Amino acid sequence: MTDALAKLDSPALDEPLMEVQSLNKHFPLPGGSLFGKNKGAVRAVDGVSFALRKGETLGLVGESGCGKSTLARSLLQLLRPSSGSVKFRGVELTELSSKKLRPLRRDMQMIFQDPYTSLNPRKRVGHIIGEPLRIHGLAEGAELERRVREKLDQVGLSGDYYGRYPHEFSGGQRQRIGIARALAPEPSLIVADEPVSALDVSIQGQIVNLMADLQRDLDLTYLFVAHDLGVVRQVSDRIAVMYVGKIVEIGPAESVYTNPIHPYTASLLAAVPIPDPRANEARERNPLEGDVPSPSDPPPGCRFHTRCPFADEICEQEEPPLVDYGNGHFAACHHPLGRTPRGTG
Amino acid sequence: MSEPLLSVRDLEVSFRTEGGLLQAVDGVSFDLKRGETLSIVGESGCGKSVTAMTLMGLTGGPNARFSGSVKLDGQELLGADDEVMRSIRGDRMSMVFQNPMTSLNPVHRIGNQIVEQIRAHRDVSKKEAMARAVELLDAVGVPDAAQRARSYPHEFSGGMRQRAMIAMALSLEPEILIADEPTTALDVTIQAQILELLKQLNRDFGLTVILITHDLGVVADIADRVAVMYAGRLVETGTLDEIFYDPRHPYSWGLLGSVPRIEGERLARLAQIDGQPPALIDPPPGCRFRERCPHAFGKCGEEPELLSRGETPGHLDRCWLDISERPALRQLPSGLIGLAKPS
Repeated sequence: MTDALAKLDSPALDEPLMEVQSLNKHFPLPGGSLFGKNKGAVRAVDGVSFALRKGETLGLVGESGCGKSTLARSLLQLLRPSSGSVKFRGVELTELSSKKLRPLRRDMQMIFQDPYTSLNPRKRVGHIIGEPLRIHGLAEGAELERRVREKLDQVGLSGDYYGRYPHEFSGGQRQRIGIARALAPEPSLIVADEPVSALDVSIQGQIVNLMADLQRDLDLTYLFVAHDLGVVRQVSDRIAVMYVGKIVEIGPAESVYTNPIHPYTASLLAAVPIPDPRANEARERNPLEGDVPSPSDPPPGCRFHTRCPFADEICEQEEPPLVDYGNGHFAACHHPLGRTPRGTG
Repeated sequence: MSEPLLSVRDLEVSFRTEGGLLQAVDGVSFDLKRGETLSIVGESGCGKSVTAMTLMGLTGGPNARFSGSVKLDGQELLGADDEVMRSIRGDRMSMVFQNPMTSLNPVHRIGNQIVEQIRAHRDVSKKEAMARAVELLDAVGVPDAAQRARSYPHEFSGGMRQRAMIAMALSLEPEILIADEPTTALDVTIQAQILELLKQLNRDFGLTVILITHDLGVVADIADRVAVMYAGRLVETGTLDEIFYDPRHPYSWGLLGSVPRIEGERLARLAQIDGQPPALIDPPPGCRFRERCPHAFGKCGEEPELLSRGETPGHLDRCWLDISERPALRQLPSGLIGLAKPS
């Protein structure tokens, strides 16, 4: 707790490692035109701006289809954004050719959700973890093997596993292999897309704790994408909440969890059943009605107005901007919970 | 005491595999009372789904072996012939699965799928069956039910599909609904809607529910009684309050401790259970949890029975630890319950 707070206050952390401005990723629908006025495209990521500070963990949460995975991939240029800017260490990534991006990729690695499909079943563990070292020409021969064994050790696996195949491992062990591969080229940024959601709860704890240890030891910055609000709280310094392609709230983790400003964040938290029957009984749940709207035809105004208990006329007409409520806590809402609405300009 | 609606005794299910005999369910016994909600919790491979599917007679096959007894209102179901099981399935006991997309037929309209099920068991006209289907869809909260009955599964969202599955499962007014991870594939706001629906069906129609899940939050929200499974065995059963506030088995402590919380003080470190579950082919003798249990001692090489070891007769566990020492052993420095090395 105190550690996390001290980290937030330290000035070195304010230096952004990555800066994202008005990022869009639209997928054209068959028959529609990408150039038409936002018609005929799935607007998976729609005008997202935020900064990732050095050494922090930013948790990105939202329901399926909200665009969080697309955002993660667009940041790393695994999907090329439709427009907007992504600066990594001051370098504009969206303008770089694939060739020029390659040396930068060493510094930005990814951990995937499914440890069963993200490891090549035909390659030995040593080969899988060593691949980024070979690709970036960082090591070869005995030095490469030494470094791979060092990574195996770092993620809590025996060096004996070097010559084994992925199918010989359990889900938790495979996820450790995936983490070792991401660590191999010694990146400063790791984007983890639902890294523990395919794992059993007793194994989840192991991986979450391992990631926390690695961050401390190796000075890593994490973007942690997940739908499990408990896991995200456990790992994150800050939280960003997405809804239908937009960030609707972003701020320090404890502030977002204890004093959410956006009604969507509040409903999301209220919907999580907690493992304490009496406390669970005592909580106000008021489950949200209806489903998430389609990102190919988002509602006008605030995208949450179709499900929001506080929505009125203005919410149907005007899209609320992301407003600063102090302490780095921002939300985009016309009826902020427990706060006075601020003028829109 | 009234007779239990469903009584399971010493249920064993094993499968012949290339690697040897896999003991998926190993001596599971429990009773289910009319109108109660029993939750079976455990991790992947612990045998919770195999147990549920065996109750429904869905695990048969040339490589499956069964023993023990499953009695519904006194009638033995284990080993009953297909005809008997067909009259029970859907009619008296029905099941909802995790993934509603793969459990619905993609090329038939939702309403027709429900009609087909009703007409397979009841002698009613298509029109009557369709009226019933619409009524059911409406009851489970599908808006514009008459209209939506004409939709295909792909036109439904995940939550609506799960509602349609529940409507179908209820179409013959079964006494028992078995729900196997019914909300795991759904988003949390949709999960809350489905759990609310199950609670309402239980409250308003006295539906008896077996809910299988790995999520202790879901259990806390919906269950009356809880059965905790580990590596094919029941390790603890009790009421909801007994399991959450006085858990007896170290595996239950570990499960409770490893759930990341959304409220209260954030923990410096998430409690974890080291290691992984044993293989179910030739598992080691004795307590199956002992290799991961920091409290294990010499006696754990022998298999403990599932017994009431405290003063509450319905609260059973499978652990050799001294009952009076357990409250201290399960207490973490944070004040929460969890599995930690004794200091």
